[in-house]
Amino acid sequence: MIVETMVFYLFSAIMIASAVMVISTRNPVHSVLFLILTFFNAAALFMLTGAEFLAMILVVVYVGAVAVLFLFVVMMLDINFVELRQGFMQYLPAGALIGAILLIELAFFSVGHWVSAPDADAQRALAMPAAGQVSNTLALGRVLYTDYAYLFQLAGLILLVAMIGAIVLTLRQRAGVKKQSIADQVSRSRGEAIEIKDVPTGSGV
Amino acid sequence: MTTQIGNDLLLALPEIVLALAALSLLLTGTFFGRAKAGSLLWICVVAIAFAALYIVFTFSTREIAFNGLFVVEPFGNFMKLLVLLGAGLAMVLSYDFMQRERMALFEFPVLLLLATLGMVLMVSSNDLISLYMGLELQSLALYVVAAIRRDSLKSSEAGLKYFVLGALSSGMLLYGASMIYGFAGTTSFNGLGQVFTQMSAMGEMPELGLIVGLVFLLAGLCFKISAVPFHMWTPDVYEGAPTAVTAFFAAAPKVAAFALLMRVLLDPFIGLLVQWQQIIVAVSILSMVLGAFAAIGQANIKRLMAYSSIGHVGYALVGLAAGTEDAAVSVMVYLAIYLVMTLGTFACILTMRRDGRLVEGIDDLRGLFSTQPMLAVALSILMFSLAGIPPLAGFIAKLYVFEAAVRAGLYTLTVIGVLSSAVAAFYYLRIVKLMWFDEAGSPLDKKMPREVGLVIATTSLAMVVLVAIPDPLTSGAAAAAASLFGK
Repeated sequence: MIVETMVFYLFSAIMIASAVMVISTRNPVHSVLFLILTFFNAAALFMLTGAEFLAMILVVVYVGAVAVLFLFVVMMLDINFVELRQGFMQYLPAGALIGAILLIELAFFSVGHWVSAPDADAQRALAMPAAGQVSNTLALGRVLYTDYAYLFQLAGLILLVAMIGAIVLTLRQRAGVKKQSIADQVSRSRGEAIEIKDVPTGSGV
Repeated sequence: MTTQIGNDLLLALPEIVLALAALSLLLTGTFFGRAKAGSLLWICVVAIAFAALYIVFTFSTREIAFNGLFVVEPFGNFMKLLVLLGAGLAMVLSYDFMQRERMALFEFPVLLLLATLGMVLMVSSNDLISLYMGLELQSLALYVVAAIRRDSLKSSEAGLKYFVLGALSSGMLLYGASMIYGFAGTTSFNGLGQVFTQMSAMGEMPELGLIVGLVFLLAGLCFKISAVPFHMWTPDVYEGAPTAVTAFFAAAPKVAAFALLMRVLLDPFIGLLVQWQQIIVAVSILSMVLGAFAAIGQANIKRLMAYSSIGHVGYALVGLAAGTEDAAVSVMVYLAIYLVMTLGTFACILTMRRDGRLVEGIDDLRGLFSTQPMLAVALSILMFSLAGIPPLAGFIAKLYVFEAAVRAGLYTLTVIGVLSSAVAAFYYLRIVKLMWFDEAGSPLDKKMPREVGLVIATTSLAMVVLVAIPDPLTSGAAAAAASLFGK
């Protein structure tokens, strides 16, 4: 038990520290690397609570895809991050004040005396299979396409909108861009593609 | 005999039609390219009309589908009809705009249709999760539409601002929802309703954590209806987005988000009336006062309409604060009339062109009566109605909500509402004065697309007709409110 608690605090502490580093390092590449560290620690926390599927998803999707994409963007785009950060110090006091107030408020009701409704635990248990009987992944798979098929479809539509949006806002059709047209390529005849010249010996083309 | 899933799909038929229409339009669009973008808009309108007709014919259905995530009842159906009306009219208005303003992208109608789908889905949500999913589908499509003019700095700024603040508000909403789940152990509205009614029946004070969750949830929803103090994005987004898009923003999404607020507060959270009433009263007062005073100094008519919409949301919240069945009827009538007034006004704004270019200044309306008397008369009717001057529909709408608030004993709120509506009358009447009594500058273009003219004529006529024949509206709203209160 004590080991588990210690491990929990270890991961939480590293996670908070690296989250702070994400917004405070000067080098954006370091920021992204710290973000990856944060994700790994969050995954470890999920693992501690027994949610192994979420932990794996976090690593695979966020570290494997999202963070790497961030890294590419940061390295390939020429954005002056120092300029973007100007004014950060100016807004820091107000932001820190609001954050502190929010933190105190949250601590006020959540530390020690969070109260649930009388049958909240029964309600929660209703949606979960008995622990130890099935693995996380199996339990999710059982309900995702049956009980929650509606939400699954909705999520698909939301992702579709995101894709359309990204294309609408970034795809530009410029004139003078050479595009591959397979139909044109295939239908070319030998006559238009090459020209045969008879080069006399010793005189060049 | 139909199976469970068949029955569920039949209940969601309007939504399924909208979704399939959006998907097939997307395919058609990619196939034909940008040339046919305008005609896709009309197909969207047909899909919306079909969905609306289906809802009209199955108006009194009351069922829950998809494992309790989706609900169909008269309240949802009434609100869906309003949303579809608003979205359909805004699409009709944007046809000419699309052609003339070099916005003929086939993605534009598709995104509008998907946003409409999101609104309809969130109106019929019966669970905090489906609420969030519908809301997000709607918002995401709207962020893109706001920024759709990539070559305009203002439009990009509007989209970005809307996106960042919208993401923040979604975060707050989710955080609140997680606390509510933490307290009740369920996200379903039926389950939440049971827990809260039980609590209020036993006279228990709700826990602090639950109240904080409720406040976060309300903050998220108030952002979507742009109530003060979550209104900061509204003027900039209204001004920056292309005018046809602003017309869309001002009507359907507001009504849909308001429907969500009503569904959440009057159904599961009715047991916590005492707790949320004070929040709604405060938000309502702030919105009415800011809407009245901040609009006075505006020179751009789109910004003015943004502040006007903030004010109108405040008046509708007056009715919601009462929390009774009568009050719910009054809010629904108010929203319906607001929808029609706003769309009519935006139709007029869309006709404001000089030498073929859109103008947005209030001063550009100077002397409109001498050049285009019919348009001036229509816009004056709409302005009088927005100001709430009898005997037009806008007056009846305000009368209903204030009456409901007085009956619930909210006297201070009502007095502030009446006073601020008197202040707000100033800027609406100033537009009327500019049109009728001021010297004309260089005149606006007289040519106006036929469908826009038709919308202006119908909406301004509706302001008069709705007073004489309020029946389908009021009786529909009454049936809707009854279903919301579980009768």
